[in-house]
Amino acid sequence: MKRRVLPGFGLSLGYVMAWLGLIVMLPLAALVFKSSTLAPSGWWALLSAPRTLAALRLSFGGAVLAAAVNVLAGLLVAWVLVRHRFPGRRVFDALVDLPFALPTAVAGIALTAIYAPEGWLGRYLEPMGIKVAYTPTGVVMAMIFVGFPFVVRTLQPVLESMEREVEEAAASLGATRWQVFFRVVLPLLLPTLLTGFGLALARAVGEYGSVIFIAGNIPRVSEITPLLIVEKLEEFNYAGAAALGVTMLLLSLLLLLLVSLLQRASRRWELPR
Amino acid sequence: MITRASIVRVLMILVTLAVLTVFLLLPLAVVFSEALDQGLRAFIQVFHQAEARSAIWLTLLVAAIAVPVNMVFGVAAAWLMARFEFRGKALLGAFIDLPFSVSPVISGMAFVLLFGAQGWFGPWLIERNLAVIFAVPGLVLVTVFITLPFIARELIPLMQAQGSEEEEAARVLGAGSWQMFFRVTLPNIRWALLYGVLLCNARAMGEFGAVSVVSGHIRNLTTTVPLEVEMRYNEYDYVGAFAIASLLALLAVLTLAFKALMEWRYRHELASGGIHR
Repeated sequence: MKRRVLPGFGLSLGYVMAWLGLIVMLPLAALVFKSSTLAPSGWWALLSAPRTLAALRLSFGGAVLAAAVNVLAGLLVAWVLVRHRFPGRRVFDALVDLPFALPTAVAGIALTAIYAPEGWLGRYLEPMGIKVAYTPTGVVMAMIFVGFPFVVRTLQPVLESMEREVEEAAASLGATRWQVFFRVVLPLLLPTLLTGFGLALARAVGEYGSVIFIAGNIPRVSEITPLLIVEKLEEFNYAGAAALGVTMLLLSLLLLLLVSLLQRASRRWELPR
Repeated sequence: MITRASIVRVLMILVTLAVLTVFLLLPLAVVFSEALDQGLRAFIQVFHQAEARSAIWLTLLVAAIAVPVNMVFGVAAAWLMARFEFRGKALLGAFIDLPFSVSPVISGMAFVLLFGAQGWFGPWLIERNLAVIFAVPGLVLVTVFITLPFIARELIPLMQAQGSEEEEAARVLGAGSWQMFFRVTLPNIRWALLYGVLLCNARAMGEFGAVSVVSGHIRNLTTTVPLEVEMRYNEYDYVGAFAIASLLALLAVLTLAFKALMEWRYRHELASGGIHR
């Protein structure tokens, strides 16, 4: 074995492993263990309950929808921020990170104040028959907010380093603007868009603070899974709460695995380097 | 000449500005506007109340413990991940990132299952009359868990990109381990470290989901600032809720301003990549 010139391997390895074991692994082990104390009949009762199914459908369906919206909006915003110059660009660029920096509870009450029936935008949307706050639409709206920076921030460096010659070559060979975008640019960006989609999705699935205020939390209508977990904890149904938590973790793992498989498939369009 | 291309370009910029304004700027504006809804006097009055003050102190206390703890961990983890090759390194990296992908509520619950009355260590703690859950130690623990990856995530790509030549040179020239660390390593990563600390602190002070599960919402004892916002909102004290929320919004704006400033000033000394950039 090669002798290490730099010091501190043993110390940092030991410390990092011990700390991760205590702070990360031990609590998650307790979670998995607790869920295993639920009998199979308990699992079945939990996972077949209409309220559980509705909450899981809203959490995962809403997160997929929100991440998809984030991909479209993020593509536009990243494109404009990288390719165009306009006054205030720096400020708007910095503003993209707001959902990372703004505490979720603050985002939650702010979004509710905007979209409530008598709110800033709600009062104009309500007469048009669009209800946002206290409906599943509000849940998705909050999920879009928290996931917003991911697509923009993963896309920006890729757009910056993308060679414009490829687009220019396509254009000079007679491709129209739309052809250049859909045949050349989009396939190149697809793996990155999927990365951003996965990050936004993971964030939206587990989101709690910004969602619960705007959701109205009506069981089977606008109740998200994390809230259902909190309610089970408040009823001291720890095994049920842990089982629901483990179910959520497994489902998001499955979903992210699917995204990374799609990503692998999309890489065949990448240019040889 | 006005071409179709320039119309499309102007249209794209306008739509982008509209999206950013409605989705991001408006929520920020609403917080300050609602906080001042009943005038400046009512706004200031909120901060004279004992509950608000104790929430602010508690949040400062939790962050003052959690951030340094994660700073030490982040530097050690970055040293390990960026300077050595060993078996299971990828797996260890995944474990460091794990708190990012676990829902805050599930994180909080995991600590309740460890330290709560019915948890693994619950009976042991009760015998000794120690409280973790529904008490300050629980708030600190979940905050440490939630913010664990922030600083490591900023440092690892930077230290990987910098390489270890300077540190090896210091060693060859006879520097001791700590001498090398304080004279070479730390100065090289100081801006990225500060950047990571800022992001870690913003999250530590603003964390809601995980903290709300372990807090028990006991006024003056276990309510942090975000929890105080929630409680006042649920009690229909909107001015109070938004006034306290405006503190957190101000913290967010300052964090973003510092972040933008540092990215502009020290671009080459910060890592590109990582989750936040």
